[in-house]
Amino acid sequence: MQGKLQLSGRGVGCVRGGREVFSRLDFEATSGEVVAVVGRNGSGKTSLLRLIAGLLVPAGGTIVLEGGNPEMTLPEQCHYLGHRDALKPALTVAENLSFWADFLGGERADAAESLATVGLDHATHLPAGFLSAGQRRRLSLARLLTVRRPVWLLDEPTNALDVAGQDMFGSLMQQHLARGGMIIAATHGPLGVETRELRIGEMA
Amino acid sequence: MSLIDLANPTRFLALSARVLPWLAAATAILFAIGLYLSALAPDDYQQGATVKIMFIHVPNAWLSMFVWGVMSIASLGTLVWRHPLADVAAKAAAPIGAAFTFLALLTGSLWGRPMWGTYWEWDARLTSVLILFLMYLGLMALWRAVEDPSRAARAAAVLTLVGALNLPIIKFSVDWWNTLHQPASVMRMGGSTLDKSFLIPLLVMAVAFTLLFVTLHLAAMRNEILRRRVRSLQMMQASRVAFSGDVSTGSRQENASTGAA
Amino acid sequence: MTPLSALIRRDIKIALRVGGGALIGVLFFLTVVVLMPFAVGPDLALLSRLGPAILWLGALLASLLTLDRLFMSDHEDGSLDLITMSRTPLELACAAKALAHWLAAGLPLIVATPVLGLLLNLDMVATGAVALTLLAGTPALTFTGMIGAALAVTLHRGGLLMAVLVLPLSIPVLIFGVAASQAAIVGPMTFGAPFSILCALSLVSLVIGPFAAAASLKHGLD
Repeated sequence: MQGKLQLSGRGVGCVRGGREVFSRLDFEATSGEVVAVVGRNGSGKTSLLRLIAGLLVPAGGTIVLEGGNPEMTLPEQCHYLGHRDALKPALTVAENLSFWADFLGGERADAAESLATVGLDHATHLPAGFLSAGQRRRLSLARLLTVRRPVWLLDEPTNALDVAGQDMFGSLMQQHLARGGMIIAATHGPLGVETRELRIGEMA
Repeated sequence: MSLIDLANPTRFLALSARVLPWLAAATAILFAIGLYLSALAPDDYQQGATVKIMFIHVPNAWLSMFVWGVMSIASLGTLVWRHPLADVAAKAAAPIGAAFTFLALLTGSLWGRPMWGTYWEWDARLTSVLILFLMYLGLMALWRAVEDPSRAARAAAVLTLVGALNLPIIKFSVDWWNTLHQPASVMRMGGSTLDKSFLIPLLVMAVAFTLLFVTLHLAAMRNEILRRRVRSLQMMQASRVAFSGDVSTGSRQENASTGAA
Repeated sequence: MTPLSALIRRDIKIALRVGGGALIGVLFFLTVVVLMPFAVGPDLALLSRLGPAILWLGALLASLLTLDRLFMSDHEDGSLDLITMSRTPLELACAAKALAHWLAAGLPLIVATPVLGLLLNLDMVATGAVALTLLAGTPALTFTGMIGAALAVTLHRGGLLMAVLVLPLSIPVLIFGVAASQAAIVGPMTFGAPFSILCALSLVSLVIGPFAAAASLKHGLD
């Protein structure tokens, strides 16, 4: 993949609905590292991820990625796995995945293999509407595997996953880190990999 | 053969498979006789050969209402008796009813063409049939819009019954609206003064079309039952791996073994 | 496959599958047109004079009301986030979604026009004129209506509010669409002038619509 990546935020602030969620937040993340964003409910974990993904406009400060693809913006190099799975129930599992692979473009892996890795290869031809919450999450993880992006932004990624699913997800994260990727995850529980904590919402 | 016997879809499938060929044969024979008699029927002194459209048009118009009646009974079955096959019957009947209604409209407008000079006239009868056609289409859209058939069934049943209650009101209003604007009725379809030479072929054709409906309806119900089985099998297949343990080591082999079992 | 064609294919597929609403627009069109004679009376001469106007009104309502959820469902399931983050400019993605919607919901309206023309006693020329003006004008409706659909996401309100916002914007299209069809049927104006303006309106909305919708979506990110 790329060389050493360095994501750094300087003095980042976030205002939602007139309320200051956090301000002057500094953070760092490098290749091969998992940053676990922790804090109480409403401390702005999701907001921070959405700021990095370019889905929210920061109230101040800068977020830059060094060492990435110079032709691409930061959001274009990120995978965002939010609370919602971005799946269409009317399309089959394979159609959902291949749509995102085609639409997001860039370097990609074999879709069928990704589905096998997350344990959905038996269901490729079934409508995504038949899947349970945990299976939908697995299908979202298959998107992360199929389309290669160096930065993963994960919001409560282990929600809805069973124990086996969490183990599988842990090994996927290890592989991603070994390939030189980085992960920033908002979480309440353990992720199954070694993490560095970023505590937010303490100063309030 | 009571309704209770038929409540079991598997039994229904077996029975209908035995009955269907006979029904289809009877339909074909009756159609052959009916069409032959229709061809023999004399031309009308006013309308000429176009009167023979009646032998197709009238049975279709009759069936367009009859099918709604069948669906209404099936809807009662869904709402009141919770008969497991009732909503299958209602769903399967809707497209067939729509097709008969469409044929009634089409033949009606072809029949009217030499008299009116246009393919369409806002004649009270045809207009009522057009509204009935729209209601069929709406009902089919409702079945299509909701993915889960058992959830769609109740909504469709309520709509069907409301439609059945409303149809006479609509018919009355359209008649009133039409006479308000057009004092003289444009077309009289035979009326009660139908000659025997027309009546017999018409009755044969009516029975033939009714049998055609029964045949198509049974076949469509079989399809619907099988479609639902495929659906539930797919859902079972989808949920299988949610319970299977170790995913990373060999989900493929595991699937192969459960698939074989 | 390019990102845009993938998006168009996906949206058309969803619209045509079970639960998709592409054909409901046609049914709505049919119902609105059938209602008109009950209001004005079954006088065929009158109906054929009003025909183009009735067909245009029906098509306008049908194509705008089906737009309601153009962005809403993508917003609700999180797809819109990923579309916003991707390399594809949001303006182009919006244009692709609108195009897919027009193909799945707008084209069937035009296909249905001849049948409805029959009900309204329009002759071949008149039906052809209305169908042609609809073909040229409905893209303008879709691409203007798209702005309302984007606002609906931003405001978390859909339905009637959106219709109130967008219907006034579609007045020019209605004026020139009906004028062009009438010109072809009874004259005295030439067909060319209003039809050219109609095409121009469509082309302008093809540019303005995606930019306005994308701006509205970006601004409404939450």
